[in-house]
Formats: sequence, C-alpha cells, structure tokens
Amino acid sequence: MTSFPWLTALVVLPVLGAVLLWVLPAGARSRARELALVVALGEVALGVGALAAFDTADAGTHQLVEQHAWIPAIGASYAVGVDGVGLALVLMSVVLVPLVVLAAWREQGSAGAATDRLRSYLALVLLLEAFIVGVFSARDLFLFYVLFEAMLIPVYFMIGGYGGPRRGAAAVKFLVYSLLGGLVMLAGVITLYLAGPGGDEGFLVENLVGTQLSTTTERLLFCSFFLAFAIKAPMVPVHTWLPDAAEQAPAGTSTLLVGVLDKVGTFGMLTLCLPLFPEASRWAAPVVVALAVLSVLYGAVLAIGQRDLMRLIAYTSVSHFGFIVLGIFALTSTSVAGSSFYMVNHGLSTGALFLLGGYLVARRGSQRIEDFGGLQRVVPVLAGLFLVSGLSALSLPGLSTFVSEFAVLVGTFTRHPAAAVVASLGVVLAAVYVLWTYQRVFTGPRPETAELATMRDVGARERWAVAPLVVLMLVLGFAPGPALDLVRPPAQLTLEQVGEQDPVRQGLVADAGGGTDDGSTGSTTDGTADGSTDGTADGTTDGTDEGGEG
Amino acid sequence: MNGFTAPEVAWGALSPVLVVLGAAVVGVLVEAFVPARARRLVQVVLALLALLGALVAVGLLWGGVERTGGTAVLGGSLVVDGPALVCQAVVAVLALLSLLVLADRTRAGQGAIAPSVATVPGSEAERLAREKGLQQTEVYPLVLFATGGMLVFPAAGDLLTLFVALEVLSLPLYLLSGTARERRLLSQEASLKYFLLGAFASAVLLFGVALLYGYSGSLRYADIAAATATPSPLDGLLVLGSVLVLVGLLFKVGAMPFHSWTPDVYQGAPTPVTAFMAACTKVAAVGALLRFVYVVVPGLQWDLAPVLWGVAIVTMVAATVVAMVQTDVKRMLGYSSVAHAGFLLTGVVALDERGVSGTLFYLLAYGVATVGAFAVVSLVRQGRSGGAQLEAADLSAWDGLARRSPVLALAFSVFLLSFAGIPLTGGFLGKFSVFSAAVDGGAWPLALVGVLASAAAAYFYVRVIVRMYFTPPADEALPADEVLLVDDATAGSPSDAATGTGATALGTAGTGTLVAARPAATRTAVATSQGLTAVTVVVCLIGTVLLGVLPQPVLDLVGSAAVFLP
Repeated sequence: MTSFPWLTALVVLPVLGAVLLWVLPAGARSRARELALVVALGEVALGVGALAAFDTADAGTHQLVEQHAWIPAIGASYAVGVDGVGLALVLMSVVLVPLVVLAAWREQGSAGAATDRLRSYLALVLLLEAFIVGVFSARDLFLFYVLFEAMLIPVYFMIGGYGGPRRGAAAVKFLVYSLLGGLVMLAGVITLYLAGPGGDEGFLVENLVGTQLSTTTERLLFCSFFLAFAIKAPMVPVHTWLPDAAEQAPAGTSTLLVGVLDKVGTFGMLTLCLPLFPEASRWAAPVVVALAVLSVLYGAVLAIGQRDLMRLIAYTSVSHFGFIVLGIFALTSTSVAGSSFYMVNHGLSTGALFLLGGYLVARRGSQRIEDFGGLQRVVPVLAGLFLVSGLSALSLPGLSTFVSEFAVLVGTFTRHPAAAVVASLGVVLAAVYVLWTYQRVFTGPRPETAELATMRDVGARERWAVAPLVVLMLVLGFAPGPALDLVRPPAQLTLEQVGEQDPVRQGLVADAGGGTDDGSTGSTTDGTADGSTDGTADGTTDGTDEGGEG
Repeated sequence: MNGFTAPEVAWGALSPVLVVLGAAVVGVLVEAFVPARARRLVQVVLALLALLGALVAVGLLWGGVERTGGTAVLGGSLVVDGPALVCQAVVAVLALLSLLVLADRTRAGQGAIAPSVATVPGSEAERLAREKGLQQTEVYPLVLFATGGMLVFPAAGDLLTLFVALEVLSLPLYLLSGTARERRLLSQEASLKYFLLGAFASAVLLFGVALLYGYSGSLRYADIAAATATPSPLDGLLVLGSVLVLVGLLFKVGAMPFHSWTPDVYQGAPTPVTAFMAACTKVAAVGALLRFVYVVVPGLQWDLAPVLWGVAIVTMVAATVVAMVQTDVKRMLGYSSVAHAGFLLTGVVALDERGVSGTLFYLLAYGVATVGAFAVVSLVRQGRSGGAQLEAADLSAWDGLARRSPVLALAFSVFLLSFAGIPLTGGFLGKFSVFSAAVDGGAWPLALVGVLASAAAAYFYVRVIVRMYFTPPADEALPADEVLLVDDATAGSPSDAATGTGATALGTAGTGTLVAARPAATRTAVATSQGLTAVTVVVCLIGTVLLGVLPQPVLDLVGSAAVFLP
C-alpha cells in the first residue's frame, strides 16, 4: 500500500493532456502529436508504477483504494480501487493508447505536421483514456455509471468526426444503442440504490453487495444491468452497431472501441452483475451461456462471409466476446479466470489486427478484401505481423489467447459439457476466417495493379505501433503465470460471492480430466514444435493446474 | 359595524415580488418621461437591477425560512416557504440571463424586437419605423411584469391569488410573443394563438376554482386540504374542480394534451422571449403545480394519480416522437420542452420530499440549459453579410457550424447533451433525481417509460450535433475529396469564415472555382453582437457543467427546502 494516488493520477494525467492539446497556442500546434505521445507514455509509466505498488499476492482484494465524498446528497462517492482483473485491464488500456497515437501519426491530413483535426482527435483519445481508466477502477456504482455513459461522448466524436463516408449514421447508431442500454441500466441503478443501505455512501459497491432483494426484483435488476453490458460487449442479438462503427471509424478508434471499450461490458458482467445479483446470475446463467455460444458461432460465420476487412475483424470480436461471456457465466473458477485473462489478450490481438488492417486500408484506399491479393511478396513484414496477430486471434498455442480460450473451454466443460463442445466449433471457424483472409489478402501471385505492386512495407513508426502488442502476445503466451496470478484470486472471490462451487460430479471429473489431458498434449506438441522448452513447461503446468481445480 | 382595520402585512417577506413589480411600474413611467435616446439604456439597467434586487431579497429571506420553515403572508394568500423561495430564486436567475439576450443587439443595432410592434407587417409605416431606427422599449417593463407574476405563482396560497398571478404572468407574455422583428406575421399569429388558448385555459382554471370553492367554502389551500379529510356528498365537486385546476396548470407547464400552443409560440416569438418563456414559465408553473398537488390534494392521490400518470406518460412518449421529425430548430426545442414537462411530472407524481427536491433541481438544470440553447439560436444567423440577417431557423442551416464557430457549437452541444441527460451535465442529475423519486414513490413504470423516452430523445438531440460537427454546410456540399481540400485551405483561418467574409477567405489556393459557384446569399454565420448574449451562453455553459460535476451545494439547498408549509 502506498499513499500516492496512483489511480487518480492515471485518470487526471490524460485529462490534463487533452485540455493542454485543446488550448495549445498556435505556435506549438504542429507538435501536438509529440505532446500526445509523451502524455500517453507518461501514462504507461504511471501504469507500471501502479503495478509495482500493487500487491500481487493479494490480487483478490481491491488495492490502491481512494475514497472521497462526492455528492453525499445522493449517496455518491469518488471511490476507486482495483483488483487483479481491474489492474490488468487498466494496464492493457494504457499500453494500447500510445500505440494508437503512433498509428494515427499521419492520419487526418497530417503528413508533415499535425493538423487541427489530428490535434482534436488525439485530445479525444486521451480524454477517452481517462474515462476508461476511471471505469475499470470505479468502486462506486454511481461513478461507474457516470463514466460508463460519459465515455460515449468522446467515442461518438471519434467515430462521427473522423471516419468513412457514412460515419455520421454509424456514430448515431452506436450512441443510441449504447444510450438505450445505459438508460435502462439507470433505472436498475436507481432501484438498487433505493433497496440498498442508502446514506452518504449508499452507492459504494461494497455496501450494495449483499442487498436483500425479492427474487423478482433481483431478476429484473439483473436484466437491466445485463442488457447494458450485453449491448456494450456486444453480444448477439444486440451487436449490430459494432460492424457499422468499425467499418466507418478510423483504425485507431476501432482499436480502442473494440479492444478496450467493449471490455467494459464484460468487465461489468463480471464485477457488477455477478456479485450484486448472485441468485439472478445463477438463474440466468443457462440462457446467457446459450446466447454466448450463439455469439461465438454466429460471429464466426458472419466473419467468414464478410467482404469488408474492418467488418470482418469486428465480427471476429463478436465471436471472441461470446467466449468471454461464456467463461464468465459458466461460473467455474477456471473459466472465470480464463475470461478475465481473455479480456486482456483479446485487446492485444484485436488491437493489432485493427491497426494492421488500418495500414492496409490506408495504403490501398479500399476496405474490400477482393481489392487485395499477393501482398506477401510486396510487404513481407506487414504480412508477417498480420499473420502472427491473426494466429493469436485463432488461439494458436504459444500465443497468449490460447491459454485463456483453453481455460474458458475447460472450465465451461465441467459445468456445461454440451456448450463447451459446441463452442469449440468456434475455434475451427476462427481458423477458417483468419487463414482464409490471410490467403485472400497476402498469398497468390505477385499483384499486377500499381497500387498493390508498389505498396510500401511498414515503416519504423508503424512497426513500433504494433511490435509491443506482438511481443506481449508471445510473452503472455509462453509465460502466462504472472498474469494468471492477477486474475485467479478475483475469480475465486467472485465465485464465492455468487455462492457457486466448482462442480465435482463424479462422472464429469473423468471427462474433464480427459479434456485437460488432450489440451496439455496439444500444448506440449506445439511447444516442442516451437522449440522453446521453458514456455512449454509453463504452459503445461498451468493447463494441468486448471484441470486439477476442475 | 367595525371600522376598516388595516391588514398586517409582512412587507419583508414580499420584497422579491415588490421589487420586481415596482421596477416594472417605474419602467412604464420611464417610457413616458425619459427621452427616447436614453430610454433603452435606462430600461435595461433598471430591469437588471430589479432582478438582481429580487435575487438579493430572496437570499436575505432564505435564512429565516430555513429556521422557521416559512411564513404565510397576507393572511395566507402568499406563502413564503422553501420551495417558493427556490422557485423565485431560479426564476430571477433565469429571467436575468434571458434579459441579457433580449437586450443584446448586433453591431448594426439590430435587436430581436420589432422597431414598432403596432405597425402592420409589410406596410409603409413599418418601413418608416425601421428607417428612423425606432425602438420598442416597452418590452422591458413587460418582462418585469411577467416575472413578477412568476414570482407570485409558485408562492400563491389561495386559488384567487393563483389565478391573478397566472394572468399577471400570462398577459405580458401574450404581447411579447408578437413582437418579433423578423417573420412578423408568424410572430403575430403565435401571439394570437397563445392568447386564445391561454384565455381558454384560464377560464378552465377559474371554473375549477369555482367548483373547489363550492365544495369547501374557502379559497385557501389549507382550508380545502382540511375539508378533504372528511367525506362529504360534494366529493364529486372536489375531484372535478381539482382536475380542472390541474388542466389550467398543466397548460402553462406545457404537458400533453394541453401543449398545442408550445411549438407554435416558441417558433413565432422573438428568440430571447422564447428563452424567457420556456425557462421561467415552466419553473413558475411547475412550482405552482407542486404546491397544489402536495398541499391541496394529497388526500386525493388515488383519484388524481391516474390522471397525472397518464399525462406524464403521454407527454414523454408523444413529444419525443413528434420532436424527432422537426426540421425547425425552435420547434424542435419546443417539443423537447414539452417532453421535459413529462419528465418533470414523474417527479411531481412521486408525492414525497425527494420528489420536491428532485423536481426543483431538474427545473434549475433544465432552465439553465434552455436559456443557453435559445441564446445560441439567437446568434446563429443566415443571410448576406452586412445585410439583414435572419435567424437560421431551419436545421439544415446549422450544418458545419462547428467549423465556423467552434465555441458556439460546443456550447450548444453541451446544452443538447444536458437535455438528453448524458452524465457530467446538469440534465443527467436532474433526470436521476426525478427518476429516483419516482421509483421511491412506487411509480417505477413512469421511470421506465422515462428512461426509454430519454433514449429515444437522445436521437434528435444528437442529430443536431451530427449536423453541426459532421455534416459539411449545404453550400459546400461537394464530393468528399473536394471537401477535404476546402478543409485544408481553411484550416489555418477558421475565424475568417465565422465573420461572414468566409466566401473570400475560402477562395484561396486551388479551390477558387468551387467557391465561386456558391451562392453567397445563403451563408450561415454567427452574428457579431454587443456581447451580452455571449455572457449568457458562457454562464449557462458553466452552470450546466457545474450542476453535473459538483452539484452538492445546490442539492443541499433544494434538499433543505423541500417541505411545503401547509
């Protein structure tokens, strides 16, 4: 524990950066992007500081806690604090932002020096970062809600102001969808507060946990919260805003939108829906699991059918969010921990895919997949980075997504074997959409059209914007231990709050064991193929541990 | 026979009303005795001082009321208690802000008010009046009279005072609606419509008053409330009378189905008057409605609650739907104000202390954003630079405003977001307060309809933001690539574009041919005014944000004032 207010600093710094960018005197405006980058890197430094101050051995409890009275008249306080999951997501967000700044370096007409458009865009990015860090660390339901909704405004301007030709419509669709969910949640928030202990600190999550509610009320409240989070996540059938937004928005915006912002939905399910409404969560779990499986398959099938590169990546995310929700509502310690870790990994892999997709689109001037082909020979580095990110999206062992997806499926299998089996079809479909896309865009004979044949490969700046993500994917893939240490204790705690035990039915344990064995074998084989013994050892141990818990 | 005994009057408690009405009377004398050249200045200063004085008077009374819970003045005709003082303070502040907009003129001396209202539109006399630069300065005393009525309205303690206050506030408004400098026929039509419908509503209210008097034998709220405690064969009169009085009040609040005047009058009246009307009338009327519902008929909950529920639901849903298809910015804000009446009613229906404080907070947040929004509307003009500039009424004229005037677009966006109830603005906490009051009072279906209507309403607020920020102006409706070219050419000099000389500023670089094809006559620009409106916009902007981020002091204030003196 330290007295330095790490989380507040993490919120305040980007706000100051954004304000500074807006009021920058005319003479200094051409340096706007450097300033934004410095602020974003300073934020990363703060994030590392927060990680150092965080006691990993006690990741289940909320640390770095600060609490001040804000609006006592309605019971709202400024209360922040993170557990392992929150910290992991905060770190993922602050890592992504400088990369987005780098990727946007020459966008919006800023070839030589930063234009006013780019300056406003970067200011919005920083403002959004502040809201995101705030949401992931809010320990007060009112504060969470305020930031959850206020966050929409910068994103709305980021989509509507800087995207493709139909960006206005996409931005409005995004906003109306999100507001609908958010306002229904507001009704739930109010009802919960009135049922809770009330008083000056009536909105603190820890005071609201354990509120006695009648069964019907609890279920209705659960639904109101869940709707908001499902729209944000996005789950089938309330996902339709995402492909439109991702298609129209610039790549950096999509990276933040899908990679970070949508995590607020699953994060909310995990840290609000489950602890606040334990009985209703158990009641709704079968339906949610079914919807999640549907998301996995539907998202994957639609991804396969897309002709637009950005829409394709958006639909892969719908599929991945299906996995995350599946893991959360399977309600086993392994699957919940897996989902928590998956949130981070998905941010890395999808973020990288969107950024690389953005490079491709900027070079070709088209998002249609059929306009590409044979680029492997023209831009080998770009192709390689895309392949690695794509393989991460299809959960290749050795890359970080594998560990989490595997944990989700194993954990789910112990409770809902059928759901796990059907969802694993999603893994197969993922291979189809990733590899087929790679095939259509990068393989084939050397392209003949001028735009493709003379395409530049990624420059140093662009490499720097993606390389950290690829490195993180590999590191977390081979050595997921530290990250899992962060997410496992909160998962255990969440399960206790829901009042659910890991299933220990005799017949299933054998099955689960079988599943684990298969997985471990797979991981060993792949590890050997990669030729990295250390990584293999780690991966295997973790796999077995999880199996043991199941 | 007893001699006439002078009633005991607590003059101090009446001071806010007396200051304003007194200044209004002085204002009439100013018209008679001050030379024409100095009249406008004297009137504006007088009116501003009067409203400031009222505000100070309310502040001085506050301590006493907080201690004692309030006093009944003039034998109970006027009740000075917490909610009354809060309403009076809010009315005074909002009237002050609207007055700044009303007093503002463009550099060329163009105000919002016609030079001589009595002339026939389009006639020779009108032309002459314009030429001679006449000014209709009677509007300032009229505003003060209306404000005086609004100060009495929420404090009225008997039905007759209620009716008199209603007339005192309404008659000047009928007149003011017809004084617009531009689109004079529309303005006069609005005035007549408002007058006819208003007179009708007054009659309905008066009929209700008569029935209630017949039922209880008294006009005092307290006596009627006492009479409702015991069953009587005349209970039918009570219910019918209460419903009729409610109809009269709901007309002023602008709730459906008694709203039909709102969009027409808001559109036709001079914009500063619309700002004044939309904000202050609503505060006064809701204040009076609160008192009537809470003090007179709490015993009638079960008879009247369905009526209020129905009105609230119909208002929220229908107004939101109709607002979606409006193309005139003032009409859109008019329907939005109707929708807000519905949200306010959810707080009124709650029938508990939380409902009162929530409604009062909502009124302040709504009023500040409304005055600010109409102030912005009054600045965005369309027309030739140098020539007569009409207000840009049609929404299409707002396309691309953010490029010409980023600050104004930002301010308008914040007001719209506040209307939509987005967090970190006053509107959100207002909605939060009334909805939580409604849920607390068991009216959760109302809150549910309210949140759904809010989500739908966000659509048409946000549509305007889309126009201001993301749609290129109609006169630059070129293919996307070319627009970008224009962008780059003007990136360095956005201020030029805002001053109305943009046509030449744009004609630089390689885009000269594109610009030349554009008709210069339809240019939307921001009027350069004497700056009073800008003060209002900035104050409202700061107020809206502060109410959203640091509302604690105001919440404390309305929280401590939420009890009606019976």
